[in-house]
Amino acid sequence: MAASERVTVALRTQEDVVSLRHRVREQAVVLRFSLLDQTKIVTAASELARNAVIYGGGGEAIIETSLNNGRDGLTLTVIDHGPGIPNVEDAMRAGFSTGGGLGLGLSGTRRLVDEFELRSEVGQGTSVRIVRWK
Amino acid sequence: MTSTRSVTPVPLVRAKYETVLESWIAEQKRSATARPDLISDSDLARQSSEVLSTLLEGLDSGSLDVSGPAWEHMRAALRGISLSRVRLGFSPSETVLFILSLKEPIFDPLQELDPSNRAEAILELNKLIDRLALVTSEVYQQGREEVILRQQQEMLELSTPVVKLWQGILALPLIGTLDSERTQVVMESLLQAIVDTGSTIAIIDITGVPTVDTKVAQHLIQTVAAARLMGADCMISGIRPQIAQTIIHLGITLPDVVTKATLADAFLVALDRLGQHVVATDPVSAAGR
Repeated sequence: MAASERVTVALRTQEDVVSLRHRVREQAVVLRFSLLDQTKIVTAASELARNAVIYGGGGEAIIETSLNNGRDGLTLTVIDHGPGIPNVEDAMRAGFSTGGGLGLGLSGTRRLVDEFELRSEVGQGTSVRIVRWK
Repeated sequence: MTSTRSVTPVPLVRAKYETVLESWIAEQKRSATARPDLISDSDLARQSSEVLSTLLEGLDSGSLDVSGPAWEHMRAALRGISLSRVRLGFSPSETVLFILSLKEPIFDPLQELDPSNRAEAILELNKLIDRLALVTSEVYQQGREEVILRQQQEMLELSTPVVKLWQGILALPLIGTLDSERTQVVMESLLQAIVDTGSTIAIIDITGVPTVDTKVAQHLIQTVAAARLMGADCMISGIRPQIAQTIIHLGITLPDVVTKATLADAFLVALDRLGQHVVATDPVSAAGR
């Protein structure tokens, strides 16, 4: 097992979302994720990063490759310091959107990963941590 | 920036203008970063002479504030040189060293001054040239960004060709990231092509799109809806297995859109809808395949 790695990517513009996708895919390839798992974690990263840029006014993403019980996994934490989510339950519901999107980003992301943890405080910002095990 | 009055004895330097210029040019050619492959001797001499004379002109004003009006000519000259060097392929350090290498040659005429005045003047010129080097570096950076921006815009236009496959059938092979700006161009060129060709079927092929997330899906759905309003049916092809599974997990549905694994499959469906089909002219070799 390679040593665990940690990469931080700033998220300010749409271009940063693209570059985060590249970094996540790179790390997923290093972990030898299957093509399907690569696609899932990259798509999940894309959703969260776009949320942070559009709703959170920018933030950052931390990609960590880790070892747990002999399993390789990729952990992604996306943090923004935006307005926060007033009603997390609503936001997690499929079809709910405050920004004219499809409203599937958060609920869909949860189904794409093995672990999903969302913390949000109004006025403080939002942090989402997801893990995909190999 | 606080601007103090210059203490540099400009007449002294100007009296030795030719010597300073020559030794500066010689210094640049001698240096490890000289790029005779990128710039001709005459251009190098012309740029050097332009910078030196403009520098003296700036010093004449007595102001040391390089962002002030007295140094406007200098900034313009550095801008021109820096941008031309971006295009010629000089590296950032090579471009900055062009200015920094002026230090030694310009200190030379100051030897005639008495030690205390000399130290003061050298210190001042040293700082000044450092600041000018920073200006050059910033302009270089801007120039690079402009080049990148232009390339992005060119890619935007280039990478969205609408192809006519058959009478009444268009194909739009999408490649790369479908960020919102590009999707706009894609949508416009597809709708325009539908009008221009009078096509009734458009196939959007996403084989070359690495990630389909909810935003990309939304753009696709909107494009399909807009095309439908113009009387054309869209099909989406090139959905790879991993993309299909990811779309399902995301909960995205593509209502009323025919989707196919390959562009070829979609093309056959399109032909069928137009009441046409492909017939083998030689049944024997077609069966043998």
